[in-house]
Amino acid sequence: MIIRNSAALIPLILLFTAVSIPIVALKKKQIAFFMVMIATSLSVIVSFYNIFRVLKVGTIHYHFGGWIPPIGIEYVLDPLSSFICLVINVIALLVLIHSKKIIEMESNIKSVPYYALVLLMLTGFNGIVLTGDFFNLYVFLEICSLAMYGLISVGGKQAPVAAFRYLIMGTVGGSFYLLGVGFLYIKTGSLNMADVRSIVPHLYNEPTVIVAISLMVIGFGIKMAVFPLHGWLPDAYTYAPTTSSALIAPTGTKIGAYAMLRILFFVFGVNYVSKTLHITDILAWLSAIGIIYGSIMAIAQKEMKRMLAYSSVSQIGYIGLGIGLCNPLGLIGAVLHVMNHAIMKACLFLVAGNYRVKLGHSNIFKLNDNIRKKMPWTTAAFTVAALSMVGIPPTLGFFSKWYLALGTIKNSSWIFLAVLLISSLLNAVYFFRVLEKVYLKPIKSNSLEEFNTLKNDKRDEVSSSALIPVLILSVALIVLGLLNTIIVKGIIEKMIPAGM
Amino acid sequence: MIDFFLGHYGYWFAILLMCLGLYGTIMKKNLIKKLIGMTIFQTSIIIFFVASSSKWGATVPILDEKIGVANTAKYINPLPHTLMLTAIVVGVATMGVALALVITTYLRYKTLDESVLLKRMKKDNDN
Repeated sequence: MIIRNSAALIPLILLFTAVSIPIVALKKKQIAFFMVMIATSLSVIVSFYNIFRVLKVGTIHYHFGGWIPPIGIEYVLDPLSSFICLVINVIALLVLIHSKKIIEMESNIKSVPYYALVLLMLTGFNGIVLTGDFFNLYVFLEICSLAMYGLISVGGKQAPVAAFRYLIMGTVGGSFYLLGVGFLYIKTGSLNMADVRSIVPHLYNEPTVIVAISLMVIGFGIKMAVFPLHGWLPDAYTYAPTTSSALIAPTGTKIGAYAMLRILFFVFGVNYVSKTLHITDILAWLSAIGIIYGSIMAIAQKEMKRMLAYSSVSQIGYIGLGIGLCNPLGLIGAVLHVMNHAIMKACLFLVAGNYRVKLGHSNIFKLNDNIRKKMPWTTAAFTVAALSMVGIPPTLGFFSKWYLALGTIKNSSWIFLAVLLISSLLNAVYFFRVLEKVYLKPIKSNSLEEFNTLKNDKRDEVSSSALIPVLILSVALIVLGLLNTIIVKGIIEKMIPAGM
Repeated sequence: MIDFFLGHYGYWFAILLMCLGLYGTIMKKNLIKKLIGMTIFQTSIIIFFVASSSKWGATVPILDEKIGVANTAKYINPLPHTLMLTAIVVGVATMGVALALVITTYLRYKTLDESVLLKRMKKDNDN
């Protein structure tokens, strides 16, 4: 019975654990961490099981309470949703292992409610990915957003302000989406995605449908932080505590990208959004501007976390560009980049967290080559992730950019190809700047005494629970890079929607 | 022409509230006023949904012996109202989180004015 219901199992496990943590761990705080571990490991196992079952038997529909859609709510497991689900849960598991020691060091975090919020957020993410119902998606979107505001606000002194600004923008985005659902419901009379898919081709000329799709795209654009709507992102990622930013940065914006992809290509149809409405063209251009803007802003930053946040704006641009290219190669690049960016950003934010733990700061200009002797493994992991960010083979970053570049060549959009190449150079500038400091910059000091205290290059690596996830992520970048043909041929090529 | 305005008065009201709400959210400097704007914006969407399912000469969606099951035009579609119940709950939860954030902000910075707040935050960053 459990196997038959495996589609609904992930949100169920996570939600159940989220609400039971505050009760069970009331007396003994340490239990919270183990409950989180069990819940996330189970959801990783179920996601693996789901993806293999989907590859074997094809798309799985799960009807809640036996109500047949369009009346009932359904979960849809197709290659796209099961793949994104797997990425989210694996990243979450690794980041949460890392959080074991880190959480105790952050002064204003209470671990029990924090873990409950983390699981609520993951419930929201998985729900958005799995659901096949428009309104259900809105509810999960708000669940994960509310949890995210809480997770961001427990950071430093400025964190509540950053979270408040995110709340205002996020709520307006969610409301725009809800309004779009309203317009669509008025015209089609259905909230089920597959049902709307079959009705909407008869309504392609209706202004109501065009308004609906525009509102939905703006709503998800805010959640995804596409270029002019990215205002909330840098502050939120910078001031959030390490675990929060390492959880939200790799997965939070990808959810917006996933929902955008799902609604544009799987609900409204590829030809309609690309040939008739040209929404994908607008998305591609905005993303291209965002790629360059994010990279340049990242170069201007002194703080490592803020640099990573701006680099997220630019990396989201790659995904947007891949969606906007509207051809199979671009889509493969976009989906591969979702996975790639999730792994890289999680790794980089965790490394920034490790530096903060050991050095007390993550200011790029204060780093010197001492840190390489003190924390060789963390720094090595940072190097691999940075190389992947720049796109040097055989890391995964090279292959996702490769597919994106092939996509631009296929569309003969040379400007986008130039944007990809220039942004790779800019990525190299802002990451090699850090690598140069970490590996080559000698210690500078005014007096001999100060020099001797600074030159304490004894091995001082972070604890193993904080180190192992970082190493796994960085090794995964190389291994998955070498295995990229298996992933692309085995899973991603099955996601390409009809008519593309 | 007048019919167009009077016949859709629910929608016009929703549009008016939506513009007011968005204006407040974007233009007001005070965080509480921003929050009020956001709530007005959310409420306008609720009114929009409810207006979209209202119908003259129809009754509540409970089986009436006189009308029968087949004559669905005589019943109001209950789904948008039900959806809005959920949306109201979401709105209340958002409001709660937002107020908690505003309180924390005030305790830390002793102001709710955005321009002053940004100045004080910048001063913190420089230190």
